[in-house]
Parts: sequence; structure tokens; C-alpha cells
Amino acid sequence: MTLLFVALLALFALAVVGVAARRSPWVGTAVYGGTAAACGLIGLWAVEALVGRGGVAAAVLPIGLPWIGVHLRADGVSAFFLLVVALGGVTASLFGWGYERAHARALAHHAADHTHGESGPVLPFFPLFLAGMSLVLLANDAFSFLVSWEFMSLTSWLLVLSTHREPDTPDAARLYLVMAVLGTACLLLAFGLLVGTGGDYRFDAIRQHPPEAGAAALTVLLVVLGAGSKAGLVPLHVWLPLAHPAAPSHVSALMSGVMTKVAVYALVRVLFDLLGEPMWWWGGALMAAGAVTAVMGVLYALMQDDVKRLLACSTIENIGVIVIALGLALVFKASHTPVIAALALSAALLHVVNHSLFKSLLFFVAGAILTATGTRDLNRLGGLIHRMPTTAVLALIGAAAISALPPLNGFVGEWLLFQAILNAPALPEWSLKIGIAVVGAAVALAAALAAACFVRLYGIAFLGRPRSAEAGRAGEVGRAMLAGMAIPAALCVALGVLPTLVIRLFEPAVRAMVQAGPFDDRSYQPWIWLAPTSAIGNSYNGLILLAMIAALSVALVLAIHRWASDRVRRSIAWGCGHDGADPAALSQYSASSFAQPIRRAFGGTVFNARDRVDMPEPGDTRPARLTVRWTDPAWAFLFTPVRRAVNWLADHVDALQFLTIRSYLTLMFAALVVVLALVAVVRS
Amino acid sequence: MIAAVIHQVLHMVLVLALAPLLTGWIRLVKSRLVGRRGASVLQPYRDLARLLRKEVVLADNASWLFRSVPYVMFTAIWLAAGLVPVFTTDLALAPTGDLIALIALLGTARFFLALAGMDTGTSFGGIGSSREMMIAALAEPAMLMVVFSVAVLVRTTSLAEIAVYMMGGTVGLRVSLALALIALVMVAIAENARIPIDNPATHLELTMVHEAMVLEYSGRHLALIEGAAMLKLLLYAAVIACVFAPWGMATPTQGSLWIGLLSFLAKLATAGAALALFETSIAKMRVFRVGEFLGGALLLSLLGAIFLYVSRGV
Repeated sequence: MTLLFVALLALFALAVVGVAARRSPWVGTAVYGGTAAACGLIGLWAVEALVGRGGVAAAVLPIGLPWIGVHLRADGVSAFFLLVVALGGVTASLFGWGYERAHARALAHHAADHTHGESGPVLPFFPLFLAGMSLVLLANDAFSFLVSWEFMSLTSWLLVLSTHREPDTPDAARLYLVMAVLGTACLLLAFGLLVGTGGDYRFDAIRQHPPEAGAAALTVLLVVLGAGSKAGLVPLHVWLPLAHPAAPSHVSALMSGVMTKVAVYALVRVLFDLLGEPMWWWGGALMAAGAVTAVMGVLYALMQDDVKRLLACSTIENIGVIVIALGLALVFKASHTPVIAALALSAALLHVVNHSLFKSLLFFVAGAILTATGTRDLNRLGGLIHRMPTTAVLALIGAAAISALPPLNGFVGEWLLFQAILNAPALPEWSLKIGIAVVGAAVALAAALAAACFVRLYGIAFLGRPRSAEAGRAGEVGRAMLAGMAIPAALCVALGVLPTLVIRLFEPAVRAMVQAGPFDDRSYQPWIWLAPTSAIGNSYNGLILLAMIAALSVALVLAIHRWASDRVRRSIAWGCGHDGADPAALSQYSASSFAQPIRRAFGGTVFNARDRVDMPEPGDTRPARLTVRWTDPAWAFLFTPVRRAVNWLADHVDALQFLTIRSYLTLMFAALVVVLALVAVVRS
Repeated sequence: MIAAVIHQVLHMVLVLALAPLLTGWIRLVKSRLVGRRGASVLQPYRDLARLLRKEVVLADNASWLFRSVPYVMFTAIWLAAGLVPVFTTDLALAPTGDLIALIALLGTARFFLALAGMDTGTSFGGIGSSREMMIAALAEPAMLMVVFSVAVLVRTTSLAEIAVYMMGGTVGLRVSLALALIALVMVAIAENARIPIDNPATHLELTMVHEAMVLEYSGRHLALIEGAAMLKLLLYAAVIACVFAPWGMATPTQGSLWIGLLSFLAKLATAGAALALFETSIAKMRVFRVGEFLGGALLLSLLGAIFLYVSRGV
């Protein structure tokens, strides 16, 4: 683990550099370069651990609480998630370096322009955030886990606050802080229950004495609430579409693509490892939460007009899919069919790495759009495929991958999940059989809606005519940013074509959690063909699919150009009489109009969405306007009532501050009597 | 193995050759049903040849995406059609992708076509793309649920294996299969832009879905898109035939290719005539009723899947 410690220490040292040398012109290069190198080291270590020795390594550091120290341990699961963090760290550093330089240049350019306010510091907290996430994955006792978790939350909160001059950021950051504190409180209680009365905080000790049924049930609930609020499970997701987009784009990529995965890690660690034998209903509850999250997440995404907010909502959907797969794995583990459990867990982990890749990529694309045009509003974009050709190609790969299109990686994850769902009839519980069929429908619905969502994002931002002068003036971004986008895009293709390699890479992680591998009932270990279950004929081969698509397309192009006409004439498209008189491209479909059919089919019931047409009287020269109004059920039915209740309570408790000393003494005496009475009742 | 490769090549050529014939057949039957003489069944071939000879007129701001989408879309649908056994189950590509991959390949074609509809920046393309994606958002899950029902019964999602199993005759009549068949037919009607969801012959902008999306295409690009639409229609007919009426198809061990071929032609003729009869006897529905139609398909297929999930004990 020496290599790992060197990399972690380097991340902390880079933070110091970021503070100490903040006036120096090369500090950005040093910090981002150093962070990329350190993350590269972490990634190398993780791959070596997974391939070489099943990932297990442990160490105790004599820091932290006396007599306890800090226990660190990496097994297959930690190593796998470390790899996800490292990948995100490398690409985000590369992209961030170019992004910050581009923004510094824009700032120098607009020195007199007050709209580009100076942003707060990102550099010192960026490596710290990555170190915090790595430490969560390595922690092997409850105390260091919670400290690292809080460290991760706080550093990401500070990174969100770096854009504090933007009008929406303070509210987003405050909400994030409240939700983070709430989540940690739940985790704190969960670990309290796990540790029990023995008081031994080490995970090894917890594993030896898992809690009893009642305490275990409560722990499951608390962990799902605690980790779920970080991951974005509905209805605890409310902070996510506000806070993730508020940060600089490379940090948004890390928060959405990687930090949510650390929360998934917490779920895996507690539910599969620390709690011992699972009960079937834990998985059922997870699947129900995941199904609601997946469908709601993508519907939220379809309602958004802000590129980064849309991406953050789509993260909610993907977390839902991952949680569904985790729930399935738990159910199959509980019913003692470990190979199917391994299949479902592999689907979950594959989707973890897939989502971290394409969501980082898409957030980088959003960053590139922001750099080039200065706006994140879809209704002010358009036609970027002509002005940012390379970004457009990379964005297309990301959009296709997240829409689960073959032969890219997103499809493989969903395919594996469907294969696991198809095994549900073998389960003994009736409620699960019915429930899993419904969950399967929810996954399919979410996937289809996600495709609509990303056709909308790509079609509005990159295709068509520019909807604003800024979009018309945009230019391609620099090489560092392009490289930061190209790496995850290439990996999206590679993982889609050769998924078996990565599934076998993280097999130690799966084996550690469910004591079986996904290919255990196969007579051979596949590497090109993905054929996970012993059921006949269920196989998928992305490589042949890609080769066939390429070969057939080329043959088709050659044949058409050889035997058919290859003449082309350019002409003006029919614009319904708006030609020339429509410089803002208003006759074009906008982001809201594209979502209208889906808003009408789904939004009416879920969001209470209403379109109102404001049609002026004849003779009135005002333009007709269409306004869309929708309410978020999570706010309307949960958070607003809770906020009102808290305020009401605060107002009434406030009176207690202004009592006389006599009243306070009476209250204390009454409290003492009540406590004594309770003790008496409990004792008898 | 070599036989499988030869079958695969024959199969790919066959579906390509037959697709316009099926469309021509449906048009002919429809004309006869409404009392017209109708064009020859070979008319779609002539139309495609004419389009291929014409020059392409591109909108000023059309990008490379607009020009490459017809090829990508045609390839994806052709490849998907290559995965559905029609006259023999002994196909080289069969293990490359199962029914789920097939649905996803069709999804790829739709994704790119919807993008192309938005590329020129006109309102019609946007109307078509947004409606197409709304229809797909309901049709795709319904189709996946049908796959689930069948897969639970047969224990596989591979089309070749499903066909072999269904021919074995051990399935019998089942309520779930009937529900799945109804749902699949509803999805096929929606996905192929047929009446009552969409009208393949309409040119009234406000009611168009598919036609609006491809409005800016011309020449060889339009030929490819029309050809792909014909292939897709054939593909859905072939999927329904393969899952619910695979009789006559050859397998690696038994059956003759000629019987397989003739029975497939007979099935296509029946499916085409049934579609024409259905289309002439029903009116097109409003676009926003489509949600109810496809929601019904989704619920039917889900119900079928649940019946099976529950009835199949340990």
C-alpha cells in the first residue's frame, strides 16, 4: 500500500501548494498535473491489486483517536471503486486544467466586464476532494469512515461555493450542506447500531458480530437514507440538481460521476459485507426505491432547460438503475443463488464505471459549451456541431452511450441487468416475482425516456440553427479540454466492445461480496462473448456488432456512390415563410417544445405540468406566449411541509429562551422527575 | 459453421429483396379493399430506384450528421433484421445479439433519425423527432415486456432458441402469450408509423410523425430511409412470425430450407393482408391519444409477464 499512501500524501501536499503558491502563474499547472499523476498512481495500484492479488491489503495508521488509530484496508470492492475515482480524477484534472486556463483568459479579456466575477479558490480543495473520496473507500473502521465521509462532503461543498458570485450558488450550497449533515447523521446512527454495545469500531469486529434482525432492519433503513441522500435517491435528491451544476464543470463531473459512486460503495459495503446474511426484503426495498428514482430522475431531466442541471437529473436516473441492480443482487444473495447475485452485482458495478465515464464526459461537454458560449441554457444554444466539430463528435458518443445504444458501454450494463431480472421467476417470494416484473418495466421505461432526453440535449445544443448570438460565435475549445473528453469517450467505446475484460477485472470485488463470480456456472471463461448465465443462447458480442455495423455501412456507402447518383445540391430549407426574417431561429423547435409530447404524456400526472397559452386579442401586437408550469412533488409533498413544520417548531420553541430563572429550574426539576420515572419503569 | 455463414448471407440478401415487396403487397391489398385497382406490387422497387437516381438537395446548414444518418440507420435496421430467423434458425450472427440487442439496435436507428430530424433547424423536423421519441418511450418498454414474457417461458432471449422451442409444441395455448402477441402487434403498428398511430401516406404536417422527421431528405438519402422503413416493417412481421408462428422454419438438424422459405412468404402475405385490412377499417387517432394506446400495450405486456412470473414456480 506504500504507493497508495504516497499518492494520497501527494494529494494533501498539492492542496498546500494550491494555497501557498496561489499567486504564482504556474500553480494551476502544478496542482492539476500533480493531481492527475497522483490519481494515475492510485489507478495503477487499484488495477494491480485487482489483477494481482484479489485486492486485499491492510494497514493501521497511528493517527486519529488514541487507542483506535486509523484502520485502512483495501479489498476487491475498494480497489474497484478506487479505480473509478482515479479515472475520474485523471480526466477531471486534465479537463480542469484547460477549463480554468480558458476561463482565466476570458476573465482577463473581460476585465472591465463585471458579469465575469472572480471565482473562489478551486485549486486547494480539488486534490483534497479526491483524497477524501479515496479515504472513504479505504476506511476499515466506522470512525475513519465517517471522518472521511464528512471530509469528502465538506471539500465538495467548498468547491460548490467557489462559484459563490453566481446568484443561485449560495442557496444550492446551503441546501447541500443541510442534506449532507442529514445524511451523515443517518450514517452515524447506522454505524452506532452496527457497532452495538461492544464499542469496537473496526469493520472486522462488526463483521464478526452482525446486529440482530431488528437492529439490522433499522441499520438498512438508516444506511439507505444516509448513503441515498448522497447518491440522490428520490425523494432525497433535491439538492443534487442544484448543487452539482453550481460547481465548476470538472468538479460537477467528479460530484456526479464519482462522488455518487462513493455513496453506492457505502451501500455495497454495509448491505453486502458488514450486515452479514441479508434478508430478501432489503433487496425488495432497494429495488422499489431504485425504480422510483430511475423513472422520476429521467422525467426531471426531461423538464430541465439548463444543460448541467439536466445532466445532474440524469445522474439521479442512473443511480436508480444501479440501486435496482444492487437490490436484485441482495435478493438473489438472500435466496442462495450466488451466481445470479454475482450477475446482478456485476451489472451494478459495470453501470457504476459506465456512468462515471459517460457522465464525466457529458459534464466536460457542458463545460466546453459553457466556455465557448458562456451559457448553459439550452434555449440559447444550437448549431454547435458546425462550430465545435470535435466536441460534437465526443458529445455524440457520450449521448449515445448514456442512452444505452449498442455497441457502446451503456447498453452492456442494461443488458446484464435484464438478464438478471429474467431470473426472477426462480425466486420463492410472490411479492418479489410481481415486483421485479414491474421493476423491469420501470428500467425499460427509464432507458427509453433517457434516449428521448439525450436526443433533446444533443439535438437542441449541437444541431439546428444557433438560438443566440453567443452560440453563433462559439469556437472549438483547447486541446487539454478535448483530451479530457476524448479519454472517457474512448473508454465508452472500448467497454462497450470488450465488456468481458472489465467484468473479469472486477470479479474479485463481486466474489468478495456474494462469494461467487458471474461466470461460475460456465464451463469456460469468456473474454469476447458475453454469455453470463447458463441459459442457452443468451449472449451478446459488441465487437462483432461494431465490426458488422462498420463493414455494412462502408459497403453501403461504396455501393450507393458507385451505382446511384452522388450529386449534391445545397439549398435553403423551407422555413414556413420565416426565411431571413428569423435571425434568432424562433421557428425552430426549442428545448421546451421538444419535451412537450412527453410532458403531456407523463408530466400531467407526475409534475402537475400545465401549458398556458397567452393569446393576445386581435389587433394587439404583443406576441403570443406559452408558459409551462410544473411543480416538483418532492418539494410539494415532502420538503416544503417539513420546512414549514421546522419553522413552526422553531418559532414556538423560541419562547423557551426568554423564561425566568424560576421557570428554568422548574423545567429542570420536571425533566429529572420524568427521567427517574422512566428509569423506574424500565427497571421494573 | 460454414452453412450458418452461407445462410446468414442469403438471409441478409433475402430480407433486403423482400422488404419492398411486402410494402407493395400491403399497398395493393389496401387499394383493392377500398375499391381501387392500385399500383403493381413492384412499385416500391421502382420508387426506390427513381430516388436513387435523383440528386440530393441538402439544406444550407445540414451537417455531416444529416448526411451520415441514412447510412447508419439503414445499417442498424438491416443488421437487426439479420438477427431474426426467417427461413432457418441456423444463422451465424444469431449468438451476437438476442432480442434485447435487437430492440436496442432499432433504438439506435431511431436515436439517429430523430437527431437528423433536428439537424436542419426547421419546425417540422422538431415536431417529428419529439413525437417519435414520445412514442418510442412507451413502445420500447412494451416490447421489452413482451420479450420478458417470452423469455420467462422459454428460458432464453435468443430468437433462434425461442423459435426452436416454440416449434417443439410444448408451450400450448397460454393467456400470457396471447397478451404478449396483442401487445407486440400494437407496438409493431406504432413503431412502423401505421394507422392508427401515424399515416404513411399523409402529407398534412400537423398529423405527421415519421414523415415530418424525414421531410428534409431527398434523393439517395430518402431512398435509404424509405428502404430502412420497409425493412423495419418486414422485421416486425418476421419477429412476430418467429416467436408466435415459427412453423416450417428449418433448424440446424432438421427441416428443409425451401419449406422454410415458402412458409415465410406465406406468413408475410398473411401479415401484410391482415395489416391492410386493419388499416382500412380504422381511423387515425390524435397524436395525444397515442399515449393511451401504447400505455395499454405496456400494461397488457406487463400483465402477461406478471402472469408468467407468478405461474412459474420453483
